Amino acid sequence: MTHPILSVRDLVVEIPTRRGVLRPVDRVSFDIARGEVLGVVGESGAGKSMTGTAVIGLIDPPGHIAGGEVVLGGERIDHLPPERMRRIRGKRIGMVFQDPLTSLNPLLRIGDQLTETILTHLGVTEAQARARAVAALEEVGIPAAARRIGSYPHEFSGGMRQRVVIALALAAEPDLVIADEPTTALDVSVQAQIIALLKRLCRERGTAVMLITHDMGVIAEAADRVAVMYAGRLAEIGPVAEVIARPQHPYTRGLMAATPMATAPGARLNQIPGAMPRLDAIPPGCAFHPRCPLAEAQCKTGAPPTVAGCGGRASCWVVAREAGIVAQGAHA
Amino acid sequence: MLAFVIRRVFQSVIVLLVVGLVAFSLFRFVGDPVENMLGQERTQADIDRLRAQLGLDQPFPVQYWRFLQNAADGNFGMSYRQGRPVTDLLIERAPATLELAFVSGLFALAGGIVLGIYTAIRKRGWLANFIMTASLIGVSLPTFLIGILLIWIFAVELGWLPSFGRGETVRIGWWTTGFLTESGLKALILPSITLGLYQMTLIMRLVRSEMLEVLRQDYIRFARARGLSERAVNFGHALKNTLVPVITVTGLQLGSIIAFAIITETVFQWPGVGLLFINAVQFVDIPVMAAYLMLISVMFVGINLIVDLLYVAIDPRLRADRAAAAK
Repeated sequence: MTHPILSVRDLVVEIPTRRGVLRPVDRVSFDIARGEVLGVVGESGAGKSMTGTAVIGLIDPPGHIAGGEVVLGGERIDHLPPERMRRIRGKRIGMVFQDPLTSLNPLLRIGDQLTETILTHLGVTEAQARARAVAALEEVGIPAAARRIGSYPHEFSGGMRQRVVIALALAAEPDLVIADEPTTALDVSVQAQIIALLKRLCRERGTAVMLITHDMGVIAEAADRVAVMYAGRLAEIGPVAEVIARPQHPYTRGLMAATPMATAPGARLNQIPGAMPRLDAIPPGCAFHPRCPLAEAQCKTGAPPTVAGCGGRASCWVVAREAGIVAQGAHA
Repeated sequence: MLAFVIRRVFQSVIVLLVVGLVAFSLFRFVGDPVENMLGQERTQADIDRLRAQLGLDQPFPVQYWRFLQNAADGNFGMSYRQGRPVTDLLIERAPATLELAFVSGLFALAGGIVLGIYTAIRKRGWLANFIMTASLIGVSLPTFLIGILLIWIFAVELGWLPSFGRGETVRIGWWTTGFLTESGLKALILPSITLGLYQMTLIMRLVRSEMLEVLRQDYIRFARARGLSERAVNFGHALKNTLVPVITVTGLQLGSIIAFAIITETVFQWPGVGLLFINAVQFVDIPVMAAYLMLISVMFVGINLIVDLLYVAIDPRLRADRAAAAK
């Protein structure tokens, strides 16, 4: 972690609405090293996608980054002018969306969408861009790529389309790919292939991945480290094996208990009681305290301290007390 | 593809037959042409003779059949009032209407698409808001009022443009055109705006709402995420997807431009087929009315056919459906 490719510090995203300002992302900090795969998990609405969208600078107005910083390869990119941010998108940060059926323009040939992207970012000729497009399709495992380049998106299956989307996201060889639920819309049988493909391509190129998903299985399989988000905040972050084996934060523990394990078939799954709060009704103190089995008095009032340990860190009063550093109070 | 065209042409013919039947039955209620054609001093013998001569003594199905037979030969009979073949009258008048419809259609389409895109991309800008508000006026004012207002401002008060007629025209074969003379071009401006304003605001609002819808789509977000320029996103990706529904409405509107030309032609005394029709209605000139209605329906049907073909040209998914259906 000497030179993280992406470094996010105290990122805050706010959406002003008629009934007050919502904070879908609240003081989130994390790093991604070159070539590393960081999994981001959490329930729907936990702020995973919003964090990814903020990093690539595509938050729909009136939402905006209200605080903190995003540093890509040593350069702050959260307040760049639109034109400079545009040059970074695709070239240095790629993005893969959830639904391959809707992420490709139905009226344009996939070859045209690829060459267009390549021509935008790399100073090559039209013919070179074509050749690169064919190579990119071959790399993601599209058979007869040279012929398929003239096909329209509707002529591909869902899994094949997601391969095309990955080819598009990686076309200009970015340093970082944000994959926002890349397998959620796919058949289970195809999911593993897509994850394996994404992982292989990124390893070959040294591309870092921010893998957003709600599927712990995908994380366990593909990620090096994992960040657990809850109600817009980072609950816990650490190496995958560590977090799975010894989750620190009570929310992560609940999440692990709620994940079906192949090793214990037939066992009853635990549930975390209640539901995640809505963005306009996030409880004071630790956002998780109304659902937390270990909640104490201070959880209801103060923002939980962040405690480092076992290669990761968690934001929790209880964990802090157990670690013996109570009442530091401040949010590190 | 060919099978598709043939099927559509066949459907079109049926539509035309039905329109002809409806129009033809309506004319039985607009009045008796013989009343107008013969003077006060007529006798019953005169009336009967004229009826027989015009074929009006025949039963309705026979009249309709004869009309169809003649129409298939391009013969729509003689005008009761002018005593000349209706086909000649229509051919003489058609260029005026077609040129007017063409210019106002172009005005509506170009203006509508440009303003629609602008107001969609700059949806929070003050100019976009102003255009949207102003377009409400365009939608809600009736055509004849717009025409009269324009005449008042530009012809009466400012005196820049003529208030009626086509100006000087140039003859090219049987076609007369106003495009080649200054007065002809000047005369086109006010009627074209009058005729096209409503369609323009309609197309503008349609393009805007479609464009806003398309800009929300995932593939637009993905195009942005790939760092494509705003121009490439807006025009390369969004516009094409916007155009599919726009083409339908535009096609239908083009047809109604020709049909609604009646009002504009009356206001501006434009010597086109619309004015011919209005005069024919006053005189119960059935052959002219029938031929006019057939002409309009042929145009509508033809435009719809072209619209369907354009769909296929723009949207590759339809090509695939057709291919699958043909198997």
